[in-house]
Amino acid sequence: MSPYSVLALAAVALSSLAVATAPRSVLAFLAFQGALLFVYLARIPTWLRVGLLGVALLLLMPLIGAFNGYYLEVATQVGIFAALALGLNIVVGLAGLLDLGYVAFFAVGAYTWAIFGSPHANVIFGGGFPLAGAWFFAFLFVGLFVAAVAGILLGLPVLRLHGDYLAIVTLGFGEVIRVLANNLDKPINLTNGPKGITPISRPPAPLGLPYGEYFYFLVLLIVVLVVLVNRRLENSHIGRAWEAIREDELAARAMGVPLVRMKLLAFACGASFAGVMGVLFSAKQVFINPESFTFLESIGVLAMVILGGMGSIPGAVLGATVVTVLNLQVLKGLSLWLNELKNAGVTVLGYSLADLPTQFEPAKYERMIFGIILVLMMIFRPQGILPARRRQRELAHLER
Amino acid sequence: MTALFAAQGVTKRFGGLTALQAVDFELESGIASIIGPNGAGKTTLFNIFTGLYPADAGSIVFRGRPLLGLRPDQITTLGICRTFQNIRLFANMTVIENVLVGMNARIALGLWDVLSHGPRFCRTESELSTRAVALLDRVGLQANANDVARNLPYGDQRRLELARALASEPALLLLDEPTAGMTQAEAGALMRLLRELVVDLGLAIVLIEHNMRVVMEVSDRVTVLDHGEKIAEGRPREVQSNARVIEAYLGTRGSGPRRARRA
Repeated sequence: MSPYSVLALAAVALSSLAVATAPRSVLAFLAFQGALLFVYLARIPTWLRVGLLGVALLLLMPLIGAFNGYYLEVATQVGIFAALALGLNIVVGLAGLLDLGYVAFFAVGAYTWAIFGSPHANVIFGGGFPLAGAWFFAFLFVGLFVAAVAGILLGLPVLRLHGDYLAIVTLGFGEVIRVLANNLDKPINLTNGPKGITPISRPPAPLGLPYGEYFYFLVLLIVVLVVLVNRRLENSHIGRAWEAIREDELAARAMGVPLVRMKLLAFACGASFAGVMGVLFSAKQVFINPESFTFLESIGVLAMVILGGMGSIPGAVLGATVVTVLNLQVLKGLSLWLNELKNAGVTVLGYSLADLPTQFEPAKYERMIFGIILVLMMIFRPQGILPARRRQRELAHLER
Repeated sequence: MTALFAAQGVTKRFGGLTALQAVDFELESGIASIIGPNGAGKTTLFNIFTGLYPADAGSIVFRGRPLLGLRPDQITTLGICRTFQNIRLFANMTVIENVLVGMNARIALGLWDVLSHGPRFCRTESELSTRAVALLDRVGLQANANDVARNLPYGDQRRLELARALASEPALLLLDEPTAGMTQAEAGALMRLLRELVVDLGLAIVLIEHNMRVVMEVSDRVTVLDHGEKIAEGRPREVQSNARVIEAYLGTRGSGPRRARRA
């Protein structure tokens, strides 16, 4: 057994132990995540890598959830955003179509299930709703389909647009969907406006599994499927056509790439992932309103894709993890800690933190620190944390 | 017998400028060259042949099918492919991936084949790989298959563009200044390769070329454009001694020499 294998095993075991002994410590959970990243990156046999990641995600993570339910919620959110980032990665990273309104498709999926999975549909159709929780699974596909259609509808008018122009139109599209959701309570009450829709049915959990764990497993399953679909698309003529469009649209057309079909396919594929996750999100949250689908969410997902590495599947997943964990845990933990220091009246260089004016409250630093991290990343590692690596094709009959 | 490729009265205007004025061009087989001073409309003609620009008037027939109004990818599927004057590779993709993109028009797989990763998909992918390697072998880039295209030296990029164009299995190949930036030796090797392609695959080739030695050596026929009009056509020898051609290239007495090479 190589030293790396031992290290990987030890890292996972020790960090899990740390979380078990100190379930409140953010650092312990970060160590666990770091251990998973190490397992993914370290030079260890594939069986060990897959085994360790499988055990960690299927067994350890739910166990950690038993110690601290919030961590499971973080993991679930990471999964949701990972799927979103993977979808946007197709549109932006592979096909090179800058989409600033991506969260619109997430909203479309979410509202698809929210309307039919809640008593709200009675307002529109009379009676017979909400649909039973089991319909949720059918609606994963309905949400996928509806979002894909929305993707094509967005794609059609922007076929000829590039770069800045495309960005502005997609931004507008994202806002249109949000504003529609906000205002479609009249003349027909479709979305219940800013008040949102609740309660939304949940699928029946098997074996009396708690919902936190159940949704975690569902998200994990969907993310695995999305990664699989993403990989297959990327390593096919479709993925190559997308990349060719990104590299040089004119040359791609001249080489026989059907531009319209490929661009629409990119929009539809990217949107469909968001649609599926939208359906799941609405069931998980039980309540949704337009506040969950703001422009800032689109930018957040884009930041994940860029931070992770454009066009890179592991990059998108890692970017989603880093941004989500930063926002939900690290920055929050940091500001809590600073606040404690302040309340305890700790003095730094002879200056008592208790005297800080309210303008300098630590909570206000969160977004600033996040912004600084983004800026520093773009300066020092513009290609992202795990940039896309060109696939080296196995060409046995080549002497290299 | 109708020609493989026949363009008639092709006219193209950009605003007030007439880039092409009723140009006729026919090709049955072999290698034809289009020459002319800068701005004569040579590349514009290629752009119209491949569907990148719409023509304002005229007709183009390829293997008995009208081309005008078709999309570039449809024209490629019918069997016309091209290279670009200012090399337009997919710079961040590998050499072999560039060639694989060129095969796009010949791939009959759907979305479901890709997602299901069935035997049909795997078989096709490995066939594509084999063919791509064979093409790279042909242009002498087999050792660079997994290199990123942007890192290739200039001459290799030109050869890769040729391989990528060949990947679409064209019957007619349009090459826009394929020897630009090459040494005389490299240009000679490339021309031998083109001759091979004509003999082996029965390809018809149209060259836009400024290197006169290459043009005179390799062409079966030469067409001369100037200011969007065809001013001469014929065997290399005939064209070489044509008075209008000499005038177009060297200028009339007193007007000073015109540049025959791109700045």
